[in-house]
Amino acid sequence: MKQRKGLSWLWFALGMVYFFLPLAATFLFSLRGKRDVLSFVAYKNVFVDPIFLRTFSFSLEMAILTVVAGLALIVPTAIWIHLKVPKAKPVIEIFTLLPFVIPPIILAFGLIRTYSRPPLALVSSPALLVAGYVIVAFPYIYRSVDAGLRAMDLRGLSEAAQSLGAGWIHLLFLVVLPNLRAALLSATFLTLAIVIGELTLANLLAWPAFGPYMALMGRNRAYEPAALAVMSFGLTWGAIGLIQALTRSGRDKSAGLGTGAR
Amino acid sequence: MTAQAERANSTPGRAGAPGPGDLAPPSQMSPRRKKAGLAWLGLLPFFGFAFLFMLLPASSIVIGSFQTESGAFTFDNLIHLLKPSILDSYLVTIKVSATTAVLGGVLGFLIAYAISLGGLPKGLRSFMSTFSGVASNFAGVPLAFAFIATLGRVGLITVLLRTFLGIELYDTGFNLYSFWGLTLTYTYFQIPLMILIILPALDGMKKEWREASENLGATSFQYWTRVGIPVLLPSFLAAFILLFGNAFGAYATAYALTGGLINLVPILIGAQVKGNVLHDPNLGYALAFGMVLVMTASILAYSWLQKISSRWVK
Repeated sequence: MKQRKGLSWLWFALGMVYFFLPLAATFLFSLRGKRDVLSFVAYKNVFVDPIFLRTFSFSLEMAILTVVAGLALIVPTAIWIHLKVPKAKPVIEIFTLLPFVIPPIILAFGLIRTYSRPPLALVSSPALLVAGYVIVAFPYIYRSVDAGLRAMDLRGLSEAAQSLGAGWIHLLFLVVLPNLRAALLSATFLTLAIVIGELTLANLLAWPAFGPYMALMGRNRAYEPAALAVMSFGLTWGAIGLIQALTRSGRDKSAGLGTGAR
Repeated sequence: MTAQAERANSTPGRAGAPGPGDLAPPSQMSPRRKKAGLAWLGLLPFFGFAFLFMLLPASSIVIGSFQTESGAFTFDNLIHLLKPSILDSYLVTIKVSATTAVLGGVLGFLIAYAISLGGLPKGLRSFMSTFSGVASNFAGVPLAFAFIATLGRVGLITVLLRTFLGIELYDTGFNLYSFWGLTLTYTYFQIPLMILIILPALDGMKKEWREASENLGATSFQYWTRVGIPVLLPSFLAAFILLFGNAFGAYATAYALTGGLINLVPILIGAQVKGNVLHDPNLGYALAFGMVLVMTASILAYSWLQKISSRWVK
């Protein structure tokens, strides 16, 4: 038993080293922008670069549009499935696995092939990028909302609300959505974290987004990329930390699942 | 359930429409069934969107891989997949994916075991699972940068090894921008992903099972070979497959790390799309089609194993 505990500590420590060594190294590396002294000059260089601001705000904009479009499409669908067509659950579960079968690189390729000629020449419209992002974010949004819906007594609540005379609009906005707050915020933060630094779709659809900008920095500069990596880790940490804090009280599996490789 | 799922898959455009059973003239339909059929219509916006922006593009890739430049039917593209250079890229991608899945899977499992059943303080578990949520999302370009700062030619570890131990890392044959570098980098997001996937399965291992087998006189070894491993194996394999597919489709990390100069399938597809190389879009379709096949096989195996393991993990 004691031996088992010792081994547990060993594996835990090994994991910590693997996780934190690159982070520490990146942080130290990012401070070396000036010769022989530690400084934040690399961070300053990032912030004064007008292209940084332009690409970051472009990606933020796309991310917000993705959140709005994704929630508008997926939340009503999830509620409808729970209330009216529980038979559709296995079907939509399969759809949540499909973005895995069709990774972003394939999705981008297919979108370009499908939408680059009339009648659907959408390829130069940001709408296509947002549509692709909604597909990429869909499994995370759906799982988060689904977990939120499972955690509440949707049928009971909706029957109670309707017997008190509430219509569909009232039911949705005054009863269901307030109860889904944590799930919706989780989905929002996770989507923001995924979309802002996304490279594949933005790169192949040729948008001046933050991901391609970072990749370009990686080729031309030494210390600024490390600064960008530290900031992006900070942002991800902030987003996921918020999600965890929000869902801690409820079920802890709802939003944790990672997005993995991109 | 399966039949329904297949129907939705094969004719996705109509997934929201009533099934064949509901197609009888309204007069013959009971009011209740009619209502259920109408309820499916409520799913039309979502399935319509998924059809337009997921299934249609994916099937266009599949169709394209059987077409010549002018649109005629051909097997040539698929035959081109057997060219040594292309075959080699599949082999490298499979090697990277399998190695990172094994490394990440085993390490992730051991860490997950340590924090769930290993007797470590409770606080470490919630810390580690929160952290895994972050780390598994820390992929793509920033992850590549982090590893360049750590193990690149002037990276921190490279310099430390040189200064204090006199070891020239890059003289030992290591190169961050080739197989082992890529493998170490991918493993960074594979370990936390494994932790997140396998924790529920480990939580399903009941204390009573171990106590019962100990009461019956089983040794620790017997407990593992007769109870622990048989129960956990399907979950473990399912997670392994997920990790494999996860690495197989990864583009951004490899692109940022190598500048697109490594012979991986996703990188080749990207180059075909952007027209950076000898532009042959139909070969691109075939490459993508091959990837879809690998991913489909993975996800089918994954679902099958999940079904087996769900007997234990409720």
